[in-house]
Amino acid sequence: MEVIVEILVCVRRVPDTSENEIELNSAGNEIERDELVYSINEPDNYAVEEALQIVARIGGNVTVATVGGEEDEEVLRREMAMGANHGVLIKDEAFSGSDGKGIATILKAFVQKGNYDLILTGVQAEDGGAQIGGMLAALLDYPFASLVNSIELLEAQKLKIGREIEGGNRELSEIDLPCVLSIQTGINEPRYVGMRGIRQVASIPIPTLSAAELGMDARAVGEASAKVKRVDYFIPSLGKGAEILRGSREENIDKVLELVAAKGGLK
Amino acid sequence: MQSAAQVTSFLAAGRTLFLLIHLLGVTCFSYIVARRLVPLIRGERDFRFDRPWLRIKRVFKFWLGQWKQPRYRAAGTMHIFIFAGFLILAIRAFSVLIVGVSQNFVMPGLSGRAGDVYGIITDYAATVVFLCMVIAMVRRLVFKPARYAVPARYGKSHMADAIFLLSLIALLMLADSLFAAAKAAAEAPQGYPVEALAALSLPWMLRNALVSAPLHTLGSLYFSAYLVHELTFYLLLCYRPFGIQFHVETSLFNIYFAKLDREILKPVRWGVSDENLDQVKSFGVKTFEDFTWKHMLDFYSCADCGRCSDNCPANAVGRPLSPRFITIKARDYSFQHYPVFGRVNKGTPLLGSVYSQDEIWSCTTCGACEEECPLLVEYIDKIVDLRRGMVDEGNVPQSLQKPLKALESRGNPYGKMEKKKADWTSAKEFQQICRVRTLDHRNGAQTLYFVDSITSYDDRMQSIGRATAKILNHVGEEFGILGAAERDSGHEVRRFGEETLFIALRDHNTEAIKASGVQRIVTADPHAFNALKHDYKDVPPVEHISQVIAREVAAGKIKFNPVENKNDVYTYHDPCYLGRHNQIYDEPRDVLDAIPGLKRVEMSRARDRSFCCGGGGLMLFYEPKEDQRMGAMRVRMAAEAGANVIVTACPFCMVNIEDAIKVAGMEGKMTAIDLAELVDRQIAREHPDAIEEQVSEIKECVTASSNSLK
Repeated sequence: MEVIVEILVCVRRVPDTSENEIELNSAGNEIERDELVYSINEPDNYAVEEALQIVARIGGNVTVATVGGEEDEEVLRREMAMGANHGVLIKDEAFSGSDGKGIATILKAFVQKGNYDLILTGVQAEDGGAQIGGMLAALLDYPFASLVNSIELLEAQKLKIGREIEGGNRELSEIDLPCVLSIQTGINEPRYVGMRGIRQVASIPIPTLSAAELGMDARAVGEASAKVKRVDYFIPSLGKGAEILRGSREENIDKVLELVAAKGGLK
Repeated sequence: MQSAAQVTSFLAAGRTLFLLIHLLGVTCFSYIVARRLVPLIRGERDFRFDRPWLRIKRVFKFWLGQWKQPRYRAAGTMHIFIFAGFLILAIRAFSVLIVGVSQNFVMPGLSGRAGDVYGIITDYAATVVFLCMVIAMVRRLVFKPARYAVPARYGKSHMADAIFLLSLIALLMLADSLFAAAKAAAEAPQGYPVEALAALSLPWMLRNALVSAPLHTLGSLYFSAYLVHELTFYLLLCYRPFGIQFHVETSLFNIYFAKLDREILKPVRWGVSDENLDQVKSFGVKTFEDFTWKHMLDFYSCADCGRCSDNCPANAVGRPLSPRFITIKARDYSFQHYPVFGRVNKGTPLLGSVYSQDEIWSCTTCGACEEECPLLVEYIDKIVDLRRGMVDEGNVPQSLQKPLKALESRGNPYGKMEKKKADWTSAKEFQQICRVRTLDHRNGAQTLYFVDSITSYDDRMQSIGRATAKILNHVGEEFGILGAAERDSGHEVRRFGEETLFIALRDHNTEAIKASGVQRIVTADPHAFNALKHDYKDVPPVEHISQVIAREVAAGKIKFNPVENKNDVYTYHDPCYLGRHNQIYDEPRDVLDAIPGLKRVEMSRARDRSFCCGGGGLMLFYEPKEDQRMGAMRVRMAAEAGANVIVTACPFCMVNIEDAIKVAGMEGKMTAIDLAELVDRQIAREHPDAIEEQVSEIKECVTASSNSLK
């Protein structure tokens, strides 16, 4: 079955949780970003890998797009080094401070400029709230499935998708193309991209699209029209439920066993 | 006169036949060898033509001298006999071949007395080779040494092939002896100058059995022996390039072209500088043709002796890797895709068909296989090249992707902040007795202590760092560290096939080292030591702390207190990158032996046969499929040697061995200590209260490490 699909993967650059020690800024409403290391949002990376595997099976193109600034180009390059055919940076001053719906509105405008059969997002941004996929689908009036952990092409315009249900059961659904899917980590094993791969795509131009080029009303997005606003950000203090064991290793082991047994964890 | 002439005249009758067989045999052999050379010509380039005198010297040592053979006493000794026999018999075999077409041929220089002496020697040589063949067959059939077995996943047993070849050689020796005996028997009664047959040799026994045989019988025997000899000779010659016996032809070349600088890793492409690497389209080995011609020659040269795998720690713990089959499978691939008859079928990917990914990631690059191989077959470069190919394709296990990514962005595999790299120096009690400076272009020192990632960031290993600093302090070394400017040495990054990332780390460190203006480098991490010494260019000379300690002990600058517990028995575990890769075996032992009252024993596998603890660097992140841990086996070896303290000189060995002690349930019965920690503990310091502090510091380290529960 040789079908050519155009796949768009919406990606995002986030502080890498495994390589940072997150600290708050002095105002206490944001994290200290000076020494942070950023990387591709991990679920997005799985989405790109899945797109590449679909294209490898049935043919097509993969485009990666992000809404952000110059600094976000690096994640587009990384995904292009993985094999994505095109990268697009959607960038406009008017976009800054957009809430989830704002971002979805921008992406909708972008999607309508192209001709995509399948739109993937990561299940959620590591510093976000899993909003974009669903909202983008609604704005586009496309079918949507979330937490997808398997994709199979049934016929030209139909996919069979799998989802893990709480408790370990699996659900399979059919979905018509074009559609939006939010991809769960673990759907595949993303390939490795090293510096060499990124260097090899370093000279490929990445087009930038502004609000005007997308033909959208910039007033509909951005800080002014955001209806969800962050009011606080903090590292929660240790609750009463947490107990830190401070004895020697042997004492700690004994204590842990005792505690687990007391809660009925050991029989 | 009459009878001898009659005997030879029997041979004359077959002259045309013999000539035909000669021509056919030589043609077949030449054709087969030419076909075998096809992949070598298509292989990658490999620069092996320098330093001819050194190469010739090595041919004398490893080929003619059979240097590695006695490492396996029985099989090795037997091989030396067979090899010597073959060399001695080579001239005789050659002249016998000529005799078939020219009956009165005598090899120049071997007429008269010299010929008689040579005759005696060859008679014995043939006998010895024959006996060795019989013994070898009995060994294979009856005693079945484990290392010859072929595990089911690697295909069928090689037994039939081996027995067939051994029988052919035995037959050749028998025919050769009969040929000589028949002639001698025919000549004997007439009182002719008899070929001096060596007493108790095979030809001698055959001649004695034949003396009374009628002349025409002797004649037919002479003829038949010749025919069998000739046929066997060419059958062997033409069959050898199809299996393990090809080493008879290739070994000389394989050893001449063997790698001279074993500690230096093969470049991605010979003749391409690091700066131009971006222009190389594909990295590493993906198809058979990506191997270099020398690596292909390695595949041909393997004698299937199984010594590599017998010593391979990955194989020992049941990982899906056996170096022997890295070679055998590649050879099978080459024979199949470059057949003697038929079309070449090249360019198919090796990974997934010939090799599995787990197989290639299972290697710790400890070098035990290469140390053992009598034919100097190389493994590490091939493994690294295969990994380079996988990295290039993005085939990297998920467990390794995170640390690699962290190395790229943070310069260490743990993803820890750069600014915390020197935190180990600020432990309170340590700071009171030893201040460690951070060097930069303004703040220089004579010596750089290169700490590397694990010692900087791992709670337990930081104690090795502090011990090293205190030793340097004690001997009056003016030293400092790079702190946040130091990135991972990249030793394992390179060996895991991520050359581009390695180059970035190397270049960064080289810059930082140069900026600090130091004259020399010391490290306590053998992996960093090996990287700085062999993988880096243009950095000051580097020493491992064990070398510094040994020197200072010899100079009297370090004196030791006697060990406190006289009942402890110590054993030294050679880290691969200190021992096998850098031949530092004696220094750490000398240091241990200088400590009064320290009892030391050797494990059965020590020095160049040391057994890898499980590997360092990125190997700590890899999740291998294995039946047990290498470290656990190593700890049991220490127990078998009667030791209860394992001394090592590498932070990665410490991780693996301490873990293994717990896994093996030997806590309380076995402990591990780093050489630097031990030396720091035992140093006789001038002020008694300094010792006091010392003791409390050690106590603190131990508590801290047991608390960290890593």
